[in-house]
Amino acid sequence: MGSSSSSRNKIPNAQELMHQTGFSSAHLLRLHDRFESLDRDNRGYLSPDDFEALGGLAMNPIGGRIIEAFFSSGQDTVDFSSFVRILAHFRPTDRNRNKEGTQQELPSSRTRKLKFAFQLYDLDRDGKISREELLQVLRAMLGLQVTEEQLQSIAERAIQEADLDKDDAISFDEFKKSLEKMDIDTKMSVSFLK
Amino acid sequence: MATSWRFTLILCMLLMACGGLSLASEEAEPRNSQTDTGTGSNSNATEEGGQGAVPITTLPIVTWKWHHVTTQYLVALWILVAWLCKLIIESNHHVTNVIPESVLLICFGFVLGGMIWGADKMQTFRLTPTVFFYFLLPQVILDAGYHMPNKLFFTNLGAILVYAVIGTCWNAASLGLSLWGCHMGGFMGDLDISLLQYLLFGSLMAAVDPVAVIAVFEQVHVNDVLFIIVFGESLLNDGVTVVLFNVFDAFVSLGGSQIDAAEIAKGIVSFFVVAFGGSLVGIAFGLLISLLTRCTKNVKIIEPGFIFVMGYLSYLTAEMLSLSAILSTTFCGVLCQKYVRANMHEHSVQTVKYAMKVFANGSETIIFVFLGISAIDKVIWVWNTGFILLTVFFVFVYRFIGVFFLTWILNRYRLVPLEFIDQVIMSYGGLRGAVAYGLAVMLDENKIKEKNLMVCTTLIVVYFTVIWQGMTMKPLVTWLKVKRAEVKELTLLEKMTNKMFNHTLVAIEDISGQIGHNCQRSKWKYFEEKWMSRILMKPSARKKQDQVFDVFHQLNLKDAMEYVTEGERRGSLEFIRKESVAIDFRKKFESEHSEDMPGMRADMSNGHCAKPTTRDPIPSVSVEMHEHAMKAKNEAEAVNAHNLLDQHLYKSRKQHRHRFSRSKFIINKDEKEVQEIFKRTMKNRMESFQPAKTGVSPKTVIKHTKKEHQQKMPKGKSISQTKLCYSGDEDFGFSEGDSASGYDLPYPSFPMRDSKPGGGIENSAFVSDLYPTESLQIPPWLAEGELDSSMVAPSLRAQASPPTSPMEMRHLGLLRVSTRSTDTKQMNNDQLPLPPTHPPPPPPSSHM
Repeated sequence: MGSSSSSRNKIPNAQELMHQTGFSSAHLLRLHDRFESLDRDNRGYLSPDDFEALGGLAMNPIGGRIIEAFFSSGQDTVDFSSFVRILAHFRPTDRNRNKEGTQQELPSSRTRKLKFAFQLYDLDRDGKISREELLQVLRAMLGLQVTEEQLQSIAERAIQEADLDKDDAISFDEFKKSLEKMDIDTKMSVSFLK
Repeated sequence: MATSWRFTLILCMLLMACGGLSLASEEAEPRNSQTDTGTGSNSNATEEGGQGAVPITTLPIVTWKWHHVTTQYLVALWILVAWLCKLIIESNHHVTNVIPESVLLICFGFVLGGMIWGADKMQTFRLTPTVFFYFLLPQVILDAGYHMPNKLFFTNLGAILVYAVIGTCWNAASLGLSLWGCHMGGFMGDLDISLLQYLLFGSLMAAVDPVAVIAVFEQVHVNDVLFIIVFGESLLNDGVTVVLFNVFDAFVSLGGSQIDAAEIAKGIVSFFVVAFGGSLVGIAFGLLISLLTRCTKNVKIIEPGFIFVMGYLSYLTAEMLSLSAILSTTFCGVLCQKYVRANMHEHSVQTVKYAMKVFANGSETIIFVFLGISAIDKVIWVWNTGFILLTVFFVFVYRFIGVFFLTWILNRYRLVPLEFIDQVIMSYGGLRGAVAYGLAVMLDENKIKEKNLMVCTTLIVVYFTVIWQGMTMKPLVTWLKVKRAEVKELTLLEKMTNKMFNHTLVAIEDISGQIGHNCQRSKWKYFEEKWMSRILMKPSARKKQDQVFDVFHQLNLKDAMEYVTEGERRGSLEFIRKESVAIDFRKKFESEHSEDMPGMRADMSNGHCAKPTTRDPIPSVSVEMHEHAMKAKNEAEAVNAHNLLDQHLYKSRKQHRHRFSRSKFIINKDEKEVQEIFKRTMKNRMESFQPAKTGVSPKTVIKHTKKEHQQKMPKGKSISQTKLCYSGDEDFGFSEGDSASGYDLPYPSFPMRDSKPGGGIENSAFVSDLYPTESLQIPPWLAEGELDSSMVAPSLRAQASPPTSPMEMRHLGLLRVSTRSTDTKQMNNDQLPLPPTHPPPPPPSSHM
């Protein structure tokens, strides 16, 4: 116990992070270890290159986007607390906590998860998924299996499904509505090791 | 009614002769009413001999040869009787809503059993282990495996295995030991059962029964996770049951004194061998099936048969090697489903699917009926209040304890913990069934003195769980507000996002540095795509396996179907073949678009469905009518059409009639014959509408341009501009989701019919259209579509070749059914599709 509390001291404002993200201190410690192993030069922050060095991510068709999600604020570095905050989106939704802590929404809530997913589509951050943006994701994921024209029809149709106000783009509300029935809890959650 | 039932029943009574066990030959005539207890074949032989010995005095024209067909006849009759029971049950929906079908089937079994008992004074038909394990169970299991939702299954495999292995062992041990304890405590009076025998009994009672579970849970529609856990457990625990049963059976034979550590160790080893060996056999057969279906292209007709034969072989092989047969067949089905579906022709896939359901459902029905029948037998009813009630009690209670304890452990590792309510349902869903009964009957009477008590207790537990728990399951689920399975509508965005989530999770696992199941799944997928698919799948099938694309394809098919239905409702889809109509299915980008349809644009901006100009770069479809198509009321043209029609009505009749081929579906292939039928129906129809004939106009489902609107407006009954505008969606309709809504609007048909005299004849155009007459050319767009079909996007391709023949329509219909439901509604291939779906047009009452 003593060792864990001492290493917890290494983590800047651990208490606040735990409160904001809902991670336990064991989680934080683990993630901190991971953070340090990603941060090969011990700079205290990560740059996109650090992520790209991960083999699995390079193979991932939307790996680039996910890396971008970590650098959303326009900076090209990410420190530990933002790193954890991003990862916190993928915690399983905490049912009990949500009930008591309504004043503060955890990142793992359904809406926040959806928002994260939405932002993965929405490259230019205008709050709308345009056809072009959808097409890019499709292209990345379906790749060579489908011809470009087919991709276009798919994107077109996907937009039409969700597009309620007929502005030819999907806003977040529309996005949320069209995924209403989806079990986001399960599908956007990773079981973090302790 | 009663007499016919009785007659059937009396004939039916010899069914189990196929099991080679008891046979009572009781016929309608009382002179033969001796019951012999010898084997079926023996009695047959003697009887035949007796008949043969009678010298014939004259040439018999008809002879009564009951004994030639006894066994087969009885088997068939029993199947018929069982299915008729189901038929009766299913026709009373208000009853099945309250009481599950399986319960009713068992009750029918009681009644049938009672009748046999009344007639025979003994139970001549029982569910014998041979029949059950070799002829009834395999198809149920194969069906379960083949239709297993793979992703769900493997995601929850860990939990399923825990319940199936540890849970079952727990059930067996706790039940056996508790009963023994009670026995020692003197609660059961004088029974000759040793500890080992109690454990043997416990092991056969331990397993949750797949048949019973499927039957009950299928009707309850609980959420997917809950269902897969109970269902998966019931399938996979068979390995454990078989092992436990065999081990304890052997122990009982060995006797308590000879059991040492080595024997117990052997028992544990045999568990792994049986379970994994069985699975391996299944996997091997699954691979074989997949490989086989790669090259069955030339034997399409028997293609589906391979699945069944191989599936059955996997069962038998495992049984032969004394491995777990259920595991083997399950895994065989699970493994081969993907490749089989990709490799085989679509029709074969449908055939397999429906035939599988027929077999599985059929034998499930028979199993339940016979479970009921088996109860009506004085021999097995040995009552021992303590033993029976305690067993029921322990089975129930230990199931709860086991599930709650294991869930408590599992929930610490599960991403989404199983809730309390789910656990209650899981415990409550621990139904025992025919497997337990089959095993109990297999007990050796010489070794186990109280076999009948055990059989009887097993039956009571089965009835208690299936009937009582089965009946109360639904109210319980409603009362506890268990999360139900949602009826999901297929949407592209959802599928896409789903796929994106998968990738995202893998990436997040990569980043946060842990190997979770997402990572493993992506690795497996990679391996699967790289190796397994390459080996097991046809190259042609490999190309089109993307899920998002699949959904897209299915959605398009659905739209096409709706389009066809609506088109038919309104008369005809003939306009798409008219050379005068040019439908440009190619993409229209902004410039062309606005050039082509200035009128439409103006119209659309009036209504509130107006689409902003940003829409223009849509690869949308514009259907454009040429000038002279507008003059669709050209009577001469219509008369021509009729002449054409009449000629052909009588012409081809003789040429294509009865043709039969075993290796091909002629009806499918031979368009002419299909059309022949069409012509005949249409002829009838024509005759009935004779009076209206003169006013014919070839019906055109018209894509409105401005002109068309103008035409409609004065004639149709005051259609408001806004309404028309709604139908403005039609302009995008062909490729897109709202095409349906464009057509579904109820109003268009009425103004159309009203506005044109002789609405009934609209259909004639439809018919003439279906003739592949020389005069009809392939419209340019169609030809084009065919030429570069590989280039055209699929939605466009679907448009490019709208169903032009009934055959294709049916084809679409089949597909649609397949994407929608797994129910056993079967679209008969041999049926001719159209006449019923084609509502007779209303008589032209409102002549203008």
